Amino acid sequence: MLIGVLALQGAFREHEKMLRACGEDMETRQVRLPGQLEGIDGLVIPGGESTTMGKLMIEFGLLEPIRELGDRGVPIFGTCAGLIMLAKDIAGSEQPRLGLMDISVERNAFGRQVESFEDDLDIPAIGEEPFRAVFIRAPYILSVESSVQVLARFGEKIVFARQGRLLAAAFHPELTGDARVHRYFLETAFCN
Amino acid sequence: MAEKGTLKVKTGLAEMLKGGVIMDVTTPEQAKIAEEAGACAVMALERVPADIRAAGGVARMADPTIIKAIMETVTIPVMAKVRIGHFVEAQILEHLGVDYIDESEVLTPADEQHHIDKLAFKVPFVCGARNLGEALRRIGEGAAMIRTKGEPGTGNVVEAVRHMRKVMGEIRRLQNMPREELMAAAKEMGAPYELVLSVAENGRLPVVNFAAGGIATPADAALMMQLGCDGIFVGSGIFKSNNPAARAKAVVAATTHFNDPKILAEVSRDLGEAMPGLEIASIQPEQRMQDRGW
Repeated sequence: MLIGVLALQGAFREHEKMLRACGEDMETRQVRLPGQLEGIDGLVIPGGESTTMGKLMIEFGLLEPIRELGDRGVPIFGTCAGLIMLAKDIAGSEQPRLGLMDISVERNAFGRQVESFEDDLDIPAIGEEPFRAVFIRAPYILSVESSVQVLARFGEKIVFARQGRLLAAAFHPELTGDARVHRYFLETAFCN
Repeated sequence: MAEKGTLKVKTGLAEMLKGGVIMDVTTPEQAKIAEEAGACAVMALERVPADIRAAGGVARMADPTIIKAIMETVTIPVMAKVRIGHFVEAQILEHLGVDYIDESEVLTPADEQHHIDKLAFKVPFVCGARNLGEALRRIGEGAAMIRTKGEPGTGNVVEAVRHMRKVMGEIRRLQNMPREELMAAAKEMGAPYELVLSVAENGRLPVVNFAAGGIATPADAALMMQLGCDGIFVGSGIFKSNNPAARAKAVVAATTHFNDPKILAEVSRDLGEAMPGLEIASIQPEQRMQDRGW
């Protein structure tokens, strides 16, 4: 299986490492240009700066092709900036986005870097044991439509959600050694 | 319970900046231009290094009013510089809520023996280094991100190249050493043994490593990326050139597509004059910023 990892900017290498740890037949490809989307079975959009990513996606013609992948049902997993890119609505911002998921998000919603944190998160879908979630200048999901399944909340705030084969996390599962969230992405995307 | 200011959270932000360009800005207008061009963060300053070099005298932390104004203008992370060893300037920046502190040789050092105890802060720090020993000492003090020093404000990439090659070469040397030689290597480099062990085992620094000091063109940025750095700081190179917006955008594209000569050729066209450069040999030894830091 070949998973593309959007490599315009951000923590793309960490995602590649986690994906490859999920199985021996797992291959990854860094995607910087539209041609590199050809033949991939799924795509990960990593954390980074969503404004930087959005501008580079437009400049190098990636926004439309990735939107088409999503429309075609190719699985896409976005973390942090990736979640913002997937959202239909970004509070107070007109920045470029894919708009594939029926969610409304708020950027830098927990505050600046000194407010960044890690904590144990209950994610029933991946098992009973809590997941150590790292939130860095993180967004969260303000609201979802009925098409979206909420997978985890931090307090009242939605931080992990799924819509069909699209998955979005406000935290960074690629920064911990725990591959359960990546496994969940692969299982829900390819085993149904 | 939510834990803030952990090593994971501090190094994590640097991981998110990778493959990006961090630009020096001195006004909210410049910060906006940098953000529009695709900068992944900005460094808020009173003067860019080339002007600090020209002005002489003592260079200090920027006025909080400037830093606050820049923080209110952009949504990307805002960094700011403190003098080496000046932990009170760092306390002030932490209070202001900057996202990263650069304990920087560009400013006049406040302490000629000691750097800041960076573990005492919730806000993460980036520090400059010319070699692996210096990088590991800074990481030992709590730096969550490293950058080459280069020679700031010169528009001359030669020192950044020297420092990046030096760090990468020393990492390769440690990787090839039998374990019993690592203690002597740690002693020789003046680096904490545990960090030397970690580098020997993993073949990389335990934190993100950017290039800085003298980067002026898209090709400079791509050169540093091909030499193995994780991202780019551009100080004077953007706003001392004659078309900052276009140059900033080109450097961002070159940092992403550092391995693609076709794109590098395209983005290098029609950028106007780069900043005027300085030959390193023409700088008096006592004015070399890279020699600051211990």
